[in-house]
Amino acid sequence: MSKPQYKWIGTRPDRPDGADKVTGRARFGADFNLPGQLVGKVLRSPHAHARIRSIDTSAAEALPGVKAVVTAADFPEQADLIVPTGEMQVNLRDITRNIMAREKALYEGHAVAAVAATSEAIAKQALGLIKVDYEVLPHVIDVAEAMKPDAPILHESLRTEGANPPATTASNIAKRIEFKKGDTAAGFAQAEVVIERDYSTQAVHQGYIEPHAALASASEDGQVQLWSTTQGHFQVRGFCSRLLNIETSQIRVTATEIGGGFGGKTVVYLEPVAIRLSQKSGKPVKMVMSREEVFRASGPAPGGNVKVKIGATKDGRIVAAECTVEMQAGAFPGSPVGPACMCSYACYDIDNIHIVGFDVVSNRPKVAAYRAPGAPISAWAVESTIDILAQRLSMDPIDLRLMNAAKKGTKTAYGVTFNTIGMVETLEAVKNSDHYKTPVKPGYARGVAAGFWFNVGADSSAAAHVGEDGTVTVISGNPDIGGSRASLALMAAEELGVDYNKVRPVIADTASIGFNFVTGGSRVTFATGLAVVNSVRDLIRELKVRAAKIWNVDPEGVMWENGVAKPAGSNVGEFEPLSIAQLAAQAGRTGGPINGHAQLNVTGAGPGFGVHVADLKVDSDTGVVTVGRYTAAQDVGTAIHPSYVEGQLQGGAVQGIGWALNEEYIYNTKGKLENPGFLDYRMPVASDLPMIETILVEVPNPTHPYGVRGVGEVPIVPPTAAIGNAIARATGIRMTDLPMSPPKLSEALDTATPRMAAE
Amino acid sequence: MAKIHVTTTINGAPTEFLCDANQTLLDVLRDQLGLTGSKEGCGSGDCGACSVTVNGRLVCSCLVLAPEAEGAKVETIEGMADGDKLHPLQKKFVEMAALQCGICTPGFLVASRALLERNLNPTETEVRYWLAGNLCRCTGYDKIVSAVLDVAAEMRAAGVKEAAQ
Repeated sequence: MSKPQYKWIGTRPDRPDGADKVTGRARFGADFNLPGQLVGKVLRSPHAHARIRSIDTSAAEALPGVKAVVTAADFPEQADLIVPTGEMQVNLRDITRNIMAREKALYEGHAVAAVAATSEAIAKQALGLIKVDYEVLPHVIDVAEAMKPDAPILHESLRTEGANPPATTASNIAKRIEFKKGDTAAGFAQAEVVIERDYSTQAVHQGYIEPHAALASASEDGQVQLWSTTQGHFQVRGFCSRLLNIETSQIRVTATEIGGGFGGKTVVYLEPVAIRLSQKSGKPVKMVMSREEVFRASGPAPGGNVKVKIGATKDGRIVAAECTVEMQAGAFPGSPVGPACMCSYACYDIDNIHIVGFDVVSNRPKVAAYRAPGAPISAWAVESTIDILAQRLSMDPIDLRLMNAAKKGTKTAYGVTFNTIGMVETLEAVKNSDHYKTPVKPGYARGVAAGFWFNVGADSSAAAHVGEDGTVTVISGNPDIGGSRASLALMAAEELGVDYNKVRPVIADTASIGFNFVTGGSRVTFATGLAVVNSVRDLIRELKVRAAKIWNVDPEGVMWENGVAKPAGSNVGEFEPLSIAQLAAQAGRTGGPINGHAQLNVTGAGPGFGVHVADLKVDSDTGVVTVGRYTAAQDVGTAIHPSYVEGQLQGGAVQGIGWALNEEYIYNTKGKLENPGFLDYRMPVASDLPMIETILVEVPNPTHPYGVRGVGEVPIVPPTAAIGNAIARATGIRMTDLPMSPPKLSEALDTATPRMAAE
Repeated sequence: MAKIHVTTTINGAPTEFLCDANQTLLDVLRDQLGLTGSKEGCGSGDCGACSVTVNGRLVCSCLVLAPEAEGAKVETIEGMADGDKLHPLQKKFVEMAALQCGICTPGFLVASRALLERNLNPTETEVRYWLAGNLCRCTGYDKIVSAVLDVAAEMRAAGVKEAAQ
């Protein structure tokens, strides 16, 4: 199939918000202020698990300058009702307890009260005057510990969903899920090689550089305005509406520029609290988290324990695969164990699969989505095990994966049969790459791993308005987290046949465009992109109607080509083409303003596959890993703005490298987080890394007019195993627990090769 | 406690402000002077999003006390462009997609300019180590490092010399 010829799609123009972002003009969450605003601050639990006997706020309220104090008593009780948020689900009963602890504080850092005061100093002083009477309870941090029958129970009402027989007593296991395909017992009976291993990962934070921030202004008539740094201002509106019993039309949320989210800004923390404080004080209230609060109280991604068993024939055909995932949910149910299970073997065409997952609560902050939620955890285990298989069979790791790769028609363990996908093409692109064909440098070793993510569609609305000079504004409602405005404008320009610079993309507030689901799931360029394309098509339909009126012909007789209306055939008549500017100039006489609209629930998201290659060396004394060369390849559908697609691959790969080598939540015996700062929670810095080479494999998604697939999430899935597999080949030591940090790796090296006493 | 009166120069403009003894330069820039281009990512000097120069020295403004600006020359991201003309680094960052969310970008630009004022011919390793105090979570640093190397080459070709430090 020959590649379609596009004028704008696939080019790399400057992004529409570029100048603002390089001059400091762009306004992020903490950059918004209102006259007369108060400063809001949160009092947080110092205990990992404690019953709240009472809260006395009287001294704080009496402090001059304090204008409002809130506790859980200021928020209405919620029904046990699950609502979608981003790629995760939340229970309203839980979420109101997460934003403000009710009966118990369930993790260190859990909000228990908040104040609004005329200055930050007064607000901080007021927090110190709030007396909370805690009954400290035994806590549990580790998932395996939390699953034991005698573990401290977080929620007395929690019964394991999906347990067989049905659960009758309280447990920290919120849910058991299972996916089956074929017959694994029969499959393992055919196997000539069986590899079985246990793996673990630690909680990691999304690590967005911009802390959570919200500015709320509630009026006496019930209307609320809110500015929030969020991946989904419509979700924020929905949450605040439900959590505070305010009608959605009374709340207007403006998404500020957002300083990173990676899934972590698809939920609410400060927003309902800021609104409640504003309602009580009658003043605007601004709240900004400190970095420490971000670490202690905003959703990290979970850690988990994964057991993997893979059976294959001697020629490399995988005949059976099992996987059990026990995943941290944090203090409330709802870990991404579902996607972790579903993604575990999605890269492969395997006849017999059995996957079991457990969603487990413990005294940690409630987890939030993080780039392909859950998938990196199961991929770490599965892709490491496949590498062991390749070593055992003396097969090239790409060839082994090619032999078992999922393709069009492959049925997954979770029931979906793949349409056109690019797993094989991506593996082949890596095999033929300069990196893979170049021999590994002396002292280095090479690791390979693959990864999968579904990508999602969901609800999007868009509008296209023609200005009186013929330029076009394209309005949508998804916060732009990594350059999506440029991609939307490119698709609109392509569709309209006009210059990219004549199309201005705008992200509207919740009162100015129809509903849009969150920026997440790698959905914006795909789903909101489709809404934009459809709104432009609606606009073109209207433009043709206007040309028809001017020419006094039937609208069917008008065609749209290269940005102008033309007669569709010689039978229509001889007319000079009409540009958008010419049609706009006559709009008043042909029916008024010229606009297009679209709204849809988008289905048919094309899944993405990535294959990463890492060359690295290990310092045998210190356990420090140096990555010398790294390549990320992925089937990206159509790269609308290739620079930002490359950027997604590079950024995701580096987050995965951090996950592999350094990042982890470290708890002490009291259940307190010991590393709530960037010094001790070690994210990759520029000097840790080489250039990240990218290979964009374009396998168009057949369900999108421009072949778009989501690209943002897949890149974080392969890196941990790519790094681990290279370490195994460099040292002969197979690491099974993340992170493979210098202390852990050096200990493993010492155990494997005891040092001379003299050293 | 009485406020401290500070007389300083910010982006070339004589500036006076009143601050508390324990207030940071970042807080004064953002909350009193309306210069919100410098960002607070951590408040502990680990992320570099608040990078400014004080008398030519690259610092995290969250670790500088506001009274320390007395008599100093402070340069922030807001002073980087020359009128309506972007600095070559600013232009290149946009051209090469060296930003995604953009929150770390002001800090990277201020730090990169400080590097090129000292060393117009940095190696990739030198760029990476100079920028190791600035965290970016979106880009993986690749396009940032490439942009800085490209600008250095273009400035050398244009005959620009390092400022005496």
